[in-house]
Parts: sequence; structure tokens; C-alpha cells
Amino acid sequence: MERTRLVFSGSGGQGVITAAIILANAAVLFENKNAIQSQSYGAAARGGATRTDIIIDDSEIFFPKVIQPNILVSLTQESYNKFAPIIRPGGLLLVDSKYVDIQKKVDAKHITLPMFDTVMKEIGKPLVFNICMLGALIGISNLIKPVSILKVLETTIPEDFMAMNKKALELGIEMGRKKRY
Amino acid sequence: MTEKPFNFKDYIRPRFFPHIWCPGCGHGIVLGSLLRAVHELGLNKNEIVITSGIGCSSRISGYVDFHSLHTIHGRALTFATGVKLSKPGLKAIVPMGDGDALAIGGNHFIHAARRNIDITAIVMNNRIYGMTGGQFSPLSGSGKKATTAPYLTIDRDFDVVELAKSAGATFVARSTVFHANECKDILKKAISHKGFSVVEILTQCPTYYGRKNKEGDAIQMMEGYKTNTTRIGSKKLEKNPNLIQRGIFVENTEVPEYCKAYDEIIKTAMKGKA
Amino acid sequence: MKDNNIKFIQGNEACVEGAIYAGIDFFAGYPITPSTEIMEHLAYRLPQKGGKFIQMEDEIASMGAIIGASLTGNKVMTATSGPGFSLKQEALGYACMAEIPCVIANVQRGGPSTGNPTHVSQGDVNQVRWGTHGDHAIIALTASNHQDVFKITVEAFNMAETYRTPVVILLDEVIGHMREKLVIPKPGEIPVVARLRTSVKKGVDYHPYLPREDGRLPMSDFGAAHKYNVTGLFHDMWGFPNNDPRVVSELLRHLVDKIENNVNEINMYKEYWLDDAEYILISYGSSARSAIHLAKNRRARGIKIGVLELQTLWPFPSEMVREKCVNAKSVIVVEMNMGQIITQVKNAVDNPRNVFLANRIDGELISPTDIKSILRMIQGKGV
Repeated sequence: MERTRLVFSGSGGQGVITAAIILANAAVLFENKNAIQSQSYGAAARGGATRTDIIIDDSEIFFPKVIQPNILVSLTQESYNKFAPIIRPGGLLLVDSKYVDIQKKVDAKHITLPMFDTVMKEIGKPLVFNICMLGALIGISNLIKPVSILKVLETTIPEDFMAMNKKALELGIEMGRKKRY
Repeated sequence: MTEKPFNFKDYIRPRFFPHIWCPGCGHGIVLGSLLRAVHELGLNKNEIVITSGIGCSSRISGYVDFHSLHTIHGRALTFATGVKLSKPGLKAIVPMGDGDALAIGGNHFIHAARRNIDITAIVMNNRIYGMTGGQFSPLSGSGKKATTAPYLTIDRDFDVVELAKSAGATFVARSTVFHANECKDILKKAISHKGFSVVEILTQCPTYYGRKNKEGDAIQMMEGYKTNTTRIGSKKLEKNPNLIQRGIFVENTEVPEYCKAYDEIIKTAMKGKA
Repeated sequence: MKDNNIKFIQGNEACVEGAIYAGIDFFAGYPITPSTEIMEHLAYRLPQKGGKFIQMEDEIASMGAIIGASLTGNKVMTATSGPGFSLKQEALGYACMAEIPCVIANVQRGGPSTGNPTHVSQGDVNQVRWGTHGDHAIIALTASNHQDVFKITVEAFNMAETYRTPVVILLDEVIGHMREKLVIPKPGEIPVVARLRTSVKKGVDYHPYLPREDGRLPMSDFGAAHKYNVTGLFHDMWGFPNNDPRVVSELLRHLVDKIENNVNEINMYKEYWLDDAEYILISYGSSARSAIHLAKNRRARGIKIGVLELQTLWPFPSEMVREKCVNAKSVIVVEMNMGQIITQVKNAVDNPRNVFLANRIDGELISPTDIKSILRMIQGKGV
């Protein structure tokens, strides 16, 4: 595969870092790939702008940070405004329709999906917004197999919450597949 | 109790002698009381780790024939915490001076008390920094003369007993080197107590404290311990409430000892793993 | 199928896995960013194997506690970052003087002072060497990826036992926090050095501070047969304080020589494309990742460039560095400080004028582009 560089961005508490860890875990543990996940830290855990970088590749990864992402996910307006300019030309930009208004188009495929609204309508818990986003991403891009993500969820999420997470992932995949390009 | 009569030579390292303490210093009496307490308790010398910091008092650790750990200034309780938690079968005794216990080491003192780890802290209170030549300590009190207080101290002193009590020590006592037998009996109880025990022993420094503050020679200072102290709750207090009280102020066996409590953590963790 | 020995974890956790593999029994610490995950994971893991974990009241207390626990016969560790590492220095020197095996992880952040707690730096390299007062020697190991973090952690415990000395694991924020793959080696794959205990029987005079012919000093646990004295004062072979000039000089020489005379045994490093390299990048820790990235990229364009990645920073492997750089046109030291290891490199090589610094000190990881700019300058190409 070609090296994939991703940036997930949003607001603290939305679960973008957790989503990044799940994605990278799936790549390493169940698809025999190399991956690196890192994040920028501030003093506050919740509420601030959050960014996490993921690199996935078959070969060894040395420099661990993402300078120009092939894939940028933004779940807040603030993070979209901040990171949209760094996207790699020809890349993919995925945003949530409730939180982000596209201001100025960049040289990338723009996909806006009602991820948050769908989660609230179908599940009613904002907690799994991030998993729905992950579903949408792999629905669009084929980056990682859904079964690998599910296996990671099974090992990290308490049983009682599994059904909800699985549903969120499926909702995301369904939305994403329709946007495949 | 052991049948064998007490002989201090069974408990010291002659190689370390003569000791460094000045003539008239009270620290030797503390050492004597400690060794008699250990003897009467029938403790095995190999089960005792004596840990000390820096200062006149801390030299005790070298003189006794136990496992001895002479550490850095103020931190003896932290080293002893590592010894005790890693091998709870050992008896941990920590002799400390004013600075070790309550200035540079004050934080460790209150936290060891809060944890209730089974260590016996002996605070040898001579109200002065002796080894460095007579600077005031957090136990000197105000209006005293010291090399760093040529115009008299304005610093107030700690009450070691009250501090230990509020920090949660489960055994708190006070005695003086004039009352060597009482000292020994209290130390026996403190060493046997399962939890953090604090024994404050008033001990004279005629060289620096006594001389500078016109409290006389060693004998006069010891007489002072006799006349200025009394047993807890004694009738003498009615006449003179300023007398310093001696005896056991706290003896609480209800609070879980730290190493025992950690054993429970290990049990829980191991179960979780299985 | 998921292999349970394959982990996708933070570098701080890789350090924990290495410590567990090496046989850690006891950890004392105080939380500090960016090292805290080490203590969090050990709080969870240690009691599962019957080990002990304690959160102490401060950094100094943590250092004291591990020294005490080492003396009862345990493999011990603490973890910290810059401000905490500064606080530990006096007790670290005590461990050097009293020859107590212990491991201290310092996950570096920006300094001085509170500095930049959540951002990367490699500013503590010289502090590790000379942070505590007085002449002494120290061992410090570092790594640039999780597999190596695991390995150097095991080696840190091994060297602490072998040389009876504190060993510093010098990580940085990027390595400590980023997640990547770690494959836990099988038992026995990396040798583990056990505590060397004396064979002297009870009742026979035991000399805790008399080195054997091979230089090693067998220990006796507190609570075991031999009662001896441990002190931070200069001391004789029984551990008794002694300021006889001969005793003082012999002890100090022993403390330094036991490490400096074993530079080759202690030295760990990796090399990439050095055989024909005209340009050599010398780096360590997370900045080595950028150096390797750039070298790989430039090699693909025909530039003869290689990387020497140091894993042992102290004692500094001067002779090895000199030999590797003999044929290089230029040497670029890549580090995230104002130039710390570069001083050692300049002292080591035949032609210090050909040694250049590529650094970054703003809290961001130095990038391959940053290094490329320096390389172009040296090549006379401009940035």
C-alpha cells in the first residue's frame, strides 16, 4: 500500500484520539501493517482543539508526525479552519455536517456527512460519534477492513457498550460507502 | 524479654567508636535507651534496619550493629519507606534530628504519618543544629540565640507531638533523656506498634544551645527536663500549665498499616489477573 | 489472529514492558508529564506479579524509596521528567557513591524550569552526566523506537546490576507518548542479569565494598546474614566512613573506572548506510527518526549519507564515534537542544571543524526538512 497520513481533529472529549488509536491498532494487530499514532498535548483534557496524527504503511515509518495529511477529518469548525490548509493536494477531507461549514474549498475531495445527527437519531448517545466517524472513513476509503476495527473494539470496549459501538460503526460505513469515489 | 543481661557491647560496632558526640550531649542516652529497648524486646539484630539522615543524631545508625543505612539530609524516612514496603518483615527505626525530621524532611515526616507505614521515627529534639555549629532549628522557638539568630529568633517552633497527631501518626509519645527508663519503655512500645510511631525525645546540646542561651551545662539542662516536664494529665499541670507533658499521647491500633494494606492490593490484582 | 505478544502502545508503556521483562520488583514515583504513563501502568502491573508500587510525596522521596528497596534485594525503578530529575540529583549521587543498583527513566520535556511540559526536547543530556555534584560516572541509554525502548530498558536493569550503579533511561516526549508496534521478545531472548549476591557465609567477614577480581561487588540483602553500613560518606571496604586520603582517592577512582573502563561493553548503537557515507548524521532518541528518514530519502537520490544512532550516551563512546567518522566529509549532529552531544562528537573526531549542528529547540520534533536545510548549506547549495 501507499503510505497513508491522516490527521483527525476536533474538540477535546469528542473521542478523536480514541478513534485514531483504534484505527492504528487495527492496522497493526489485525492487518500486519506498521502504524504510528501521536497527538498534540495541551494542559486541558477536554474542550480544547485536539489533533492526532496517524501514519499507516507496509514499510517502516521513521518520522512519526504528519506534515501534509492525505486524509483530514475535522469534527469542529475551529479544527477545520485550522487544519484544512495543510491537506495534501488531491487528498480527502471529511467533516461533520452539524459542526462544520465548508468555507473555502481546498484541492481535495470534500465529503460532508451528517455523522453526529445520524448517531443521535439512531442511537441517541453522542458517545459513539467518533466510532461512526471511523466507520464513515473506512466506508469511503477502504483503508482498513471493518472486521479489524470490530476486533479492536471487542478487546477494548466493555461488553455492555459493544452493540452501540457496532451500530455506530455500521451507520458510518453505510454513509461512507455511498460517497466512495 | 531475653534472659541474658543487657551488655551494650552486644549491640554496637566498636569500630565506629569513640563516637562523635560532645561531652554532655544527650544523644548517647537516647542510644542507650534504644539498645535496651531492643534487648528487652528480644529482637534479632538481623531484623532491624536503622536508617538515618545527616546530623549529630544520624550518626546513631553507624554505631549500632544492625543493618544500617546512613542516607542524605532529611530523606531518611523515604529510604526507610522503601526498605519497609519492599521487605515488611524488617523492623524500621529512624533516628532524626530537628532538621532531618521537621525542616528539610518535614514533608516526608507528615506523609509517613499519613500513610501509617510501620516505621519508628525518633525525633531527637535538641532545639539546635549542632553538627553545623549552632544554627537555630524549627524546634528552637522564638527569642533564642543561635549563630544565625544573633539578635534572637523570631521563628516560632513546631510542637512535634501535635504535628504528628494531626498528620495521622498512630503512636505519638514524648520523653526526655533525664527519664532514660521511661524513654526505653516508650521506645519498646513504639517499636512494637504496628504503624507509624513518633517518639520525641528532648535531648540537650550543651555545646551550642545551652551555652548560647545561658541554660547552663549538661547537668543543669537535664535538671531542666526534670523540673519543666511532667506526665500527661499530672496534677502538677494545675499549678503550672506551662509544663511540657511526657508520655504516650496516641496509641491507635485501628488504622490499617500501609504494608498490610498493600498486601490486600496484591491479592486483588492477582485475582483480577486470574 | 491476534498475537498477545504484539502490542500497539506508547513508548512509556514499552518502557514498562521492558522493566517487567527485566524483573522489576519495586517502583516509587511522583506524577510528572510526560512520564506519568510509566507509573500509571506499573501501578496496575506490579501488584499482579507480587511486586510493590508506591506513589511518594515528591520526587526526592521516590528516589529515596527505590534506593531503600534496592538494598533489600529488589530490582527497582523510578520515572520522571526534567523538574523531577533535577530534584532527584542528590539522591542519585548517593546511589553512585553507595553503589546501589537502580534505574531512573527521564522522559525529557522542554526546559529549563517548568519549560514546556507537553513538548519534546533533548535538553537534559548534559544534566544526566553532571547533574549531581562531585566527580562520578553515570550510564545513560536512549532509544528512538519502541522495540529499542524495550531493549534498552532491559539493558538498563542489567547494567545497574552488573556495575552496581544508577542507570538513566533518557527518553523524550515524542517517544514516550507516540504509539507504535512492540513485539515482546520471548523469555530468554534478551538475557536478564540477576542480582549478584555474596557467597560469604554468616559469621565470616563480608566486605560489601571490596570489588572482586572482575570488578563486580556481590551484595548482601538487608535482612540477610550480613549487617553492614551503607553511607554517602567516603567509606572503606566495610562501608564505614573513612576520610583517609588513600581510601578517598581509591574509592573515587573505582566509582569512575568501573564504568569508564567498560565503555565498549556498555556502548549500544545502530548504524544505517555508513559504509561509504560522505555525510554522517549522528543522532539519538526521537530526532534519530528524522535523521534516518532524511538519509533514506537522500540515498534514493544518490547522496552518500548515513546515520549513526547512539543508544549509549554516557559513558560517551568517543573511540567508536571517531572510527565511524574517519572517512566522512561532514558530520551533522542532530539533536533537540542548543548543542550538547555535539561537544562530545567534536572532542572525539579527528577534524572537529567538519562537525555541524542540526537542531530544533521550539518544542516541535525536528523534521527531515530541518536537517535537509543544514545538509544543503554544508553542500554549498543554499537552503
